[in-house]
Amino acid sequence: MASEEMEQLVRREYKQGFVTDIESDTVPPGLNESTIAFISQKKGEPQWMLEWRLEAYHQWLKMTPPSWAHLDYPPIDYQAISYFSAPKKPEDRPQSLDEVDPKLLETYEKLGIPLHERAALAGVAVDAVFDSVSVTTTFKEKLHEAGVIFCSISEAIREYPELVRQYLGTVVPQADNYFAALNSAVFTDGSFVYVPEGVKCPMELSTYFRINAANTGQFERTLIVCDKQAQVSYLEGCTAPMRDENQLHAAVVELVALDDAYIKYSTVQNWYPGDEDGKGGIYNFVTKRGDCRGDRSRISWTQVETGSAITWKYPSCMLRGKESIGEFYSVAVTNGRQQADTGTKMIHIGEGTRSTIVAKGIAAGRSDQSYRGLVKIGPRAKGARNYTQCDSLLIGDQCGAHTFPYQEIGNSTATVEHEATTSKIADDQLFYCRARGIDEEDAVSMIVNGFCKDVFQELPMEFAVEAEALLNVTLEGSVG
Amino acid sequence: MLEVKDLHVTVEDKAILNGLNLTINAGEVHAIMGPNGAGKSTLSAVIAGKDGYEVTQGTILFEGQDIFEMEIEERARAGLLLGFQYPIEIPGVKNIYLLKAALNAQRAARGEGEIPAPEFMKLVREKSAEMKMDPSFLQRAVNEGFSGGEKKRNEILQMLVLQPKLAMLDEIDSGLDIDAMKVVASGVNSLRSADRAILLVTHYQRLLNHIEPDRVHVLVDGRIVKSGDKELALELEARGYDWVLEESAA
Ligand SMILES: Nc1ncnc2c1ncn2[C@@H]1O[C@H](COP(=O)(O)OP(=O)(O)OP(=O)(O)O)[C@@H](O)[C@H]1O
Ligand SMILES: [Mg+2]
Repeated sequence: MASEEMEQLVRREYKQGFVTDIESDTVPPGLNESTIAFISQKKGEPQWMLEWRLEAYHQWLKMTPPSWAHLDYPPIDYQAISYFSAPKKPEDRPQSLDEVDPKLLETYEKLGIPLHERAALAGVAVDAVFDSVSVTTTFKEKLHEAGVIFCSISEAIREYPELVRQYLGTVVPQADNYFAALNSAVFTDGSFVYVPEGVKCPMELSTYFRINAANTGQFERTLIVCDKQAQVSYLEGCTAPMRDENQLHAAVVELVALDDAYIKYSTVQNWYPGDEDGKGGIYNFVTKRGDCRGDRSRISWTQVETGSAITWKYPSCMLRGKESIGEFYSVAVTNGRQQADTGTKMIHIGEGTRSTIVAKGIAAGRSDQSYRGLVKIGPRAKGARNYTQCDSLLIGDQCGAHTFPYQEIGNSTATVEHEATTSKIADDQLFYCRARGIDEEDAVSMIVNGFCKDVFQELPMEFAVEAEALLNVTLEGSVG
Repeated sequence: MLEVKDLHVTVEDKAILNGLNLTINAGEVHAIMGPNGAGKSTLSAVIAGKDGYEVTQGTILFEGQDIFEMEIEERARAGLLLGFQYPIEIPGVKNIYLLKAALNAQRAARGEGEIPAPEFMKLVREKSAEMKMDPSFLQRAVNEGFSGGEKKRNEILQMLVLQPKLAMLDEIDSGLDIDAMKVVASGVNSLRSADRAILLVTHYQRLLNHIEPDRVHVLVDGRIVKSGDKELALELEARGYDWVLEESAA
């Protein structure tokens, strides 16, 4: 079909479809221009934003979902998804922890999540339990004093349109890939961070985030900009298991680091993986990209990933600035019937750029995971260096781990090193621990945690502790 | 304390132990010697519960309990310790962490609470000093990058911290320099007491100069073919194993 015809058709639908009651809190399932207009209007967005979304939508219509990842999942019906629903009203949420599934609380307990955070995570109407307002205000004041902007993406579009317009979509263009295009058209949640020149963000943006943004949206959009010599450490997610009616999650995260800026982005994610057969689990298709736009800038991705029925994500770094640095530290754990296809891309463009990749994969049960990494050295990237280390650990003999390293070296002065190992959790290591009196499950978690140490030590302290606990919970019952 | 009766063990259908008998009483130190491949490590591994061995016949009792009814960790908690001929490396896991986890697991099995941190620190510092090990070894990953001799001293350190009833030390002397041999020997001797027992597997009489055994056994082809007192070790050192074989064949 010619694109003109297509557009006409779309426009017609737009007219016909534009009957949705703007006062209502949800739109019926389905995606067309009217849905997008509805979202944009609901969010009080300026015209340019709506146009930007529609542009993305039209691109998306022409695209096909990626099929090359080492994953196996049924086709998703995009017309069966509801693209906007307002947050649940306090009265519809559990009023106290007593109304929350005891199983969920048990997991929080095991993970060592502080009592006052459990309620918020479980979706309890927060002010019914504790006064979060004062905490939030202290954080807000501190950030404000430092000149750091930290708010929801929707608020940023309204309050700081110049900043958003300057940077949105400059790292992950609207039509970058199928899921990014979809996200660009319909995103409703997410965060915006701007750290001005020379400012070191006075706190981890995690603490604040965890209390306030426990409800993750389906199509999140995050944009973090660090101006010259600025620094920020941002933590996304949470070790607590996230249950969600929405099966499909397609987030986009864009990071921009200008000269001498440093962004550290850590993720600890524990999506609901579905039952033993993988039913009801989350499909997690995420585009995360950092742009080291300035000289000597540095972007570091650290992620601990468990859960999700299906994960597809490759946090990557565009190393444009001279001597800029990209880092990727990752632990991925799969159990049951989970599938994960993750990895990273390091694109060396500028002179003297460096990147480090440390990827640890742990597969247990009947799960399957792949590491896919691309190191690309452009013709101008004189003296670029990459070091890649991929280690896989298999627990049991029904799981699989695969590594697909890709290298495109366009410059003879570059140094690229790659090391990869796959080991079964060694029987003699287990025997050694057990012969000292340590029971099998504890021995496994000890060995696995040891295996992940290089990555855990990159995490902010408190999350390193939680990540260890998370690993243990995830691997519970994977032996014996 | 330990009673092995008519033990037959095969590995992948290959017979390794063929009717082995051994009794060790509390308070005793036994040494097992024998040619390479005779089955010495197999014996201690089977007692400790390592997978991959098929016991086709025989019994092993530890303090009157049938050992085959117990999991590996249950045996350890009951007071059995295997010092490995080739200690295993565990990357990323601190030595001190393993020690603490092991000690607390064993204490829990005895109905004792976790050892308080200061008490634990004092204990391991003391014991590593006895082993002439720098405290920095406690912070390193278990056996990773340790020299052969350091690994062996680390095995003895674990033994001193865990205080087993029966320690089976497999070639604890191999790879040790002369001074380290003395350090290890004094560590082992410090464990000697009326209610504990020690089983040494060794190729060299020299270790037995430092740790005097009550009994010496010769293991050949999966069987104990000769037992005696410490004089037997001297004789083996001087004459090798052939004469024992001839004697037992006769
Ligand atoms: N997993 C295994 N698979 C095959 N053969 C094995 C296995 N384990 C042990 N064996 C064999 O069993 C025999 C006894 O081995 P063992 O290690 O017990 O000998 P050893 O007396 O300790 O020898 P050394 O003095 O050299 O340490 C050897 O022939 C060895 O090759
Ligand atoms: Mg041996």
